[in-house]
Amino acid sequence: MSVPSETFKSLVKAAAEQVIASAPELTSLDQAIGDGDHGTNMKRGCEAVLGKLDAISAQPLDEAFKMIGKTLVMTVGGASGPLYGSFFLAAGEALSHDKDLPDDLADVFSSAVNAVSARGRSQVGEKTMLDVLVPVLETLKTAAGQPDLIARVRSTATEAVERTAPMQATKGRASFLGARSVGHVDPGARSSCVLVHAVCAGLEARA
Amino acid sequence: MTETVGIVIVSHSSDIAKGTADMVRQMVGTEVKVAFCGGNPDGGLGTSVPLIIDAINAAWSPKGVAVLVDLGGAETNSEMAVEMLEPARRDLVVVCNAPIVEGAVMAATEAAGGSTLAQVKAVAEELSAD
Repeated sequence: MSVPSETFKSLVKAAAEQVIASAPELTSLDQAIGDGDHGTNMKRGCEAVLGKLDAISAQPLDEAFKMIGKTLVMTVGGASGPLYGSFFLAAGEALSHDKDLPDDLADVFSSAVNAVSARGRSQVGEKTMLDVLVPVLETLKTAAGQPDLIARVRSTATEAVERTAPMQATKGRASFLGARSVGHVDPGARSSCVLVHAVCAGLEARA
Repeated sequence: MTETVGIVIVSHSSDIAKGTADMVRQMVGTEVKVAFCGGNPDGGLGTSVPLIIDAINAAWSPKGVAVLVDLGGAETNSEMAVEMLEPARRDLVVVCNAPIVEGAVMAATEAAGGSTLAQVKAVAEELSAD
C-alpha cells in the first residue's frame, strides 16, 4: 500500500499554501526573538515547491520527498532551509529503504526528525521546531492505528507550540537573547505546527 | 606556484562578505584564492546554498577550502552546501568556528605559507578559544 500520487500532491499543495498564508505571522514571531526572516524565507521555499509541484508529484514517493527537501535547501535562504530540507531528504531516504507510507509513518517521521536534530545539533527543550516535531512523533507512535490519530496529532502540535513560549532559547539566533527569549512562541515551532495542521486537515478532507 | 588552501567567506550581507574579502586580499595578497558570497536567493540579507556551492568551487584548491561564516544560518547552510558538493570534494572542505573577519585574515595568512587545511582551520579557530 502506498500513498496515491494525487493525495500526495494535494497534501503538499495544502501544506505549502498554508505556510505561505502564515508568512506574516511567522515573520512577526521571528521579529520578536530572531532576525525576522522566517516568514519570507519559508514563503520563498514553499513557492519554489509549488512551482515544481507537477514534477515533484510525478516522481516515486521517495524521490518526491527528496526533491522537496532539495528545493527547500536551495531556495529558503535561512537556517530553516537546511533544517526543513534535511527533514524531507531523510524522509525520502527512509522511503528508499523498504519503508512506505502510510504504513511506516512513525518510522519515516522518526528518520526525518533525527535528521533535523543532527543538522541543528539540537535536542528537544531548546525552543526550536523539534519541540513540535518530537511530541508529534511520540503521538504518531503511541496513537498509531487509533481512529482519532489525526485529531490527536493536531492537538499535540497545538499544545507543543504553546509550550515553547516559556522556554529559553539555547540554539539559533534567539539564543543571543538569553532570558529575553522567554515569553515568545518559537517561529520554527510555529511553522512546523502549520505544516502538521495542514497535512491533518488535508487528510480529513479526503477521508 | 604552489597550491594553497582556498578561503571562502559566507556572510548574511554581501557587503560584509565583499569587505572581508577585500581586507584579506590587501593583507595577504592574491596568492591565496578567496571567494565570497552573501545574501539570500532574492538578494536580501541571508545566505544561499547554491551561492555557497559556487563560491567553494571558485576558491577550489587540491589542498582544500576553509569556509568562514558569520551567524547561525550561514553555518548551517555552509554545512549543507559541503554535503551537496561532488563526493571527491566533500572531505576537503571545512567550516571554521571562528569570527568571520579575523578568522578569514588569519586563515588566509596561514594558507599563504603553504599550510595544510587542518593547520589553516586550527589557526582560525584559535581566535574562538577561551
